[in-house]
Amino acid sequence: MRALMKRSIFRPIWLLPAIMVFFTGCNVEHPFIKKIAFKDSNSIIIEFAGEPDQDWATDVANYKVYEKRDPDVLLSISQVLLSPDKRAVFIQFDEEINQKEPHVVSLASIHSQGKDLGTALLNVKRLYIGELFSILIGAMLINNFVFTKYLGLCVFFGISKKKNTAVGMGITFTIVMVASAMMSWFLYQFVLKPYGLDFLQVVVFIGMVSLSVQAVDTVLRKVNPALFKAFGVYLVLVIANCIILAVPLTLADNEYSALESLMLALGAGTGFLLALFLMSSARERLELANIPPTYRGLPIAFVTAGLFALAFMGFSGLVIF
Amino acid sequence: MAATKKTNTELVVNGIFMENPIFRLALSMCPAVGLTTSIKNGLLLGSAVLFVQIFSSCTIAAIKNVIHPRIRIPTYTLTIATWVTVIDLILAAYVPAAYEEMGIFVKLIVAFAIITMRLETFACKNTVSASFWDGLGMGIGFMFGMVSIGFVRELLGSGTILGYDVLGFKPLLFFVLPAAGFFCVGIMMALFNYIEVVYNRRKERKQ
Repeated sequence: MRALMKRSIFRPIWLLPAIMVFFTGCNVEHPFIKKIAFKDSNSIIIEFAGEPDQDWATDVANYKVYEKRDPDVLLSISQVLLSPDKRAVFIQFDEEINQKEPHVVSLASIHSQGKDLGTALLNVKRLYIGELFSILIGAMLINNFVFTKYLGLCVFFGISKKKNTAVGMGITFTIVMVASAMMSWFLYQFVLKPYGLDFLQVVVFIGMVSLSVQAVDTVLRKVNPALFKAFGVYLVLVIANCIILAVPLTLADNEYSALESLMLALGAGTGFLLALFLMSSARERLELANIPPTYRGLPIAFVTAGLFALAFMGFSGLVIF
Repeated sequence: MAATKKTNTELVVNGIFMENPIFRLALSMCPAVGLTTSIKNGLLLGSAVLFVQIFSSCTIAAIKNVIHPRIRIPTYTLTIATWVTVIDLILAAYVPAAYEEMGIFVKLIVAFAIITMRLETFACKNTVSASFWDGLGMGIGFMFGMVSIGFVRELLGSGTILGYDVLGFKPLLFFVLPAAGFFCVGIMMALFNYIEVVYNRRKERKQ
């Protein structure tokens, strides 16, 4: 078991930073620009490598800012301020900008010390890792699929009678969820979208789910029979869970990138695991309680789940980054 | 491969009462909790499920002899997915406002356990016409469950029925809260259990 963990899980860890750098990419494509970022709710800061000419830097007409999604709508800039050390400018807008959207800032022919350094097109977006983290926490707690979106209830009530089975199911589900979400993302981005086959989403995604369940089944049986014995029984149940289909549909609707999809899938899986664990703990205790006969079994489980759902409403105000 | 001997009426009544998908089989709970804030939603999603259930039952019953047993589950899933895509596109085209409200649930009909279960236990052993009546009963039973939960929640939560104000005040605002879906389903299940207990007691007394 330990050898297996060493072999398969820990070795590719060095790949992670590489992937992160690859996906975050570099936002700045002009040698004169050092850094660009969102400042407050309604301003963007640009740091230069040298000192730009003051006349050029404070002229509003030199800046054009728009959301990457619709380039036709230019945001109205109220003023541009030069910082005291003259190496940075603040672009201030009339209205608040939606920082969730990536923005594009275009600078018309940059002047510095009398020279024309050409135009620049800059992308500005929020810190990517923060974004990923908030998707993960969002799917796990704030929009927990069981308690705030009410999905996957059949399996949730069926399997949450005992703690052991609940944890087993949660882990199996997370693995299959991640595998199938990544495959669905790939198919959606590179096959369905380019060829205009959006209406086949449901058919393709459910096919992907069955396929990944089968794949995990086969791989687990060969690689680790002990693990298969423990978790194999839950694999069939995974298909009957709405969450496994809801996640690919959500990430197709929101046009998530690969890493964002991974985070959503991971968050949905761990959120389900968390919900199962909480519920099974409560239900084990309920076994000992003196419940009216008509409420025994499912009805009391529903009422308990309602209490959990109320508690989870408290997360709705949680804002990270 | 024992074909059913029940008459058509019995099949329909069986779906609505004896094997009601929501209250008795406790399958497909997600929409019963998430979408029942009003009767209208229940009716729309109920009719979508009715449509999918009937058509996929009939399809499977018609082609049951050519499906190899080992690939029967994927076949069921793909059949359901096809009919769900059909109803999804129809709803998006003709009732866009309500479709927007139901959101992801229409597409998720694919994963509803009730449909697959009926295909597995009924449609693959029976004729097309029997499967049609069984599908009709299950679909109506599901719709009945959705509408009755929606009725309770809409009446108690916002004091209206089908959007018309009947009470003039809002008795328990709590019931339109999303989390109240759980409570409502739980309490109604208990109520059904209670009715069964009373019914059985009376039967015993008569004997």
